[in-house]
Amino acid sequence: MTRFTVSVKIVPRHGLLDPQGKAVTDALHTLGFASVRDVHVGRLLVIDLEAADTTAAQAKVREMCERLLANPVTEDFVIAEIATT
Amino acid sequence: MKVGVVTFPGSNCDEDALLAIREHLHLEAVPLWHKDHDLQGVDVVILPGGFSYGDYLRAGAIARFAPIMQEIAAHAKRGGPVIGICNGFQIACEAGLLPGALLRNDHLQFRSMPVTLRVESRETVFTREASPGALLTMPIAHGDGRYTADEATLDRLEGEGQVVFRYVDASGHPTAAANPNGSLRNIAGVCNATGTVVGLMPHPERALDPLLGSTDGLVLFRSLLALTKA
Repeated sequence: MTRFTVSVKIVPRHGLLDPQGKAVTDALHTLGFASVRDVHVGRLLVIDLEAADTTAAQAKVREMCERLLANPVTEDFVIAEIATT
Repeated sequence: MKVGVVTFPGSNCDEDALLAIREHLHLEAVPLWHKDHDLQGVDVVILPGGFSYGDYLRAGAIARFAPIMQEIAAHAKRGGPVIGICNGFQIACEAGLLPGALLRNDHLQFRSMPVTLRVESRETVFTREASPGALLTMPIAHGDGRYTADEATLDRLEGEGQVVFRYVDASGHPTAAANPNGSLRNIAGVCNATGTVVGLMPHPERALDPLLGSTDGLVLFRSLLALTKA
C-alpha cells in the first residue's frame, strides 16, 4: 500500500444561485477589482489515505464524494490533485 | 401512540418537541439517542431542529450516518410517520428520505421570525386535519433554508402533491417578499411519495402555546392523532 494525498474540490452546481459567491464578487468590486465577472465559493478537502495505486486512490475518493462529501443535488466535485506522500 | 424525538450532538429543539408532544397532545414521548439502534417501539419519529454535528460539511450531512438513522430509514420504509423540522428537514433530505436539498439563505442572513405558510397538500399524515389551503403562522429560525431541487424534480413534486407547505403573504399569495430564504417556488415543506415523511423549515413545535404568539402548529400534531382513530 502507498500513502496518497488527494485534493478534492467541491463547488456549487453551475446555474444554482451561489449567494456566498455573489457576496464575494460584490466585495471584490468594492475593492476595485472591476474585472471580476463571477466567483463561486466551494470547499477543498485534502484527504490522506492508503491505496494500492493512483487509480485505486482516485476510485476510493470518488466513492467518498458520492456518498458523503458532495451533495448530488447541489454540488459537483473534481479530484484536483493526487500525490504520493 | 408513542412518539420518539432524536437527539443528535447539536440538536437544540429536542426538548421543545418532547414537551410539545407531552403537554399539548398528552401522548407518550421518548428521547431517542443518536448512537442507539433501538426505536423503543415508537410509532412516530421527530427529527428536531438544531445544528447537528455543528452543520459541518453541510447541514444534516453527518447526522444522516448516525446509527439511529438506519432504524429510522427502515421505519420510514415500513410506512412509519417521520417529521423533520428545520435541521431535521435538512437531515431527512441528506438521508434521501425526502427529495431536494437546503442551501444557504439567498441573503446569507440567519432569519428568526414568524412566517405565514399555506397548506398545499392534505394528503400527508401530518396535514390531514388542516383545512384546504389553510394559512398557518409559525416561526422560522435558520440560515440554511433555501429549498432547492432541479426543475424536473420540482415539477414532479408539484404534480404528485408532494409540496406540502409554501411561504405566502398574509393574503395567501406566494410572493417573493413572503419568501424568507429564496426557496425555489416558495417551498417551505415537502413530503415523500406516500405522504408519511414530511419535512419543513418552520417550527410547528414552537407554535402550540398562545403565550408564544400562535397555536397554528397544533394542526400538524393533531393530524397524527387521526392515525390512532383510524
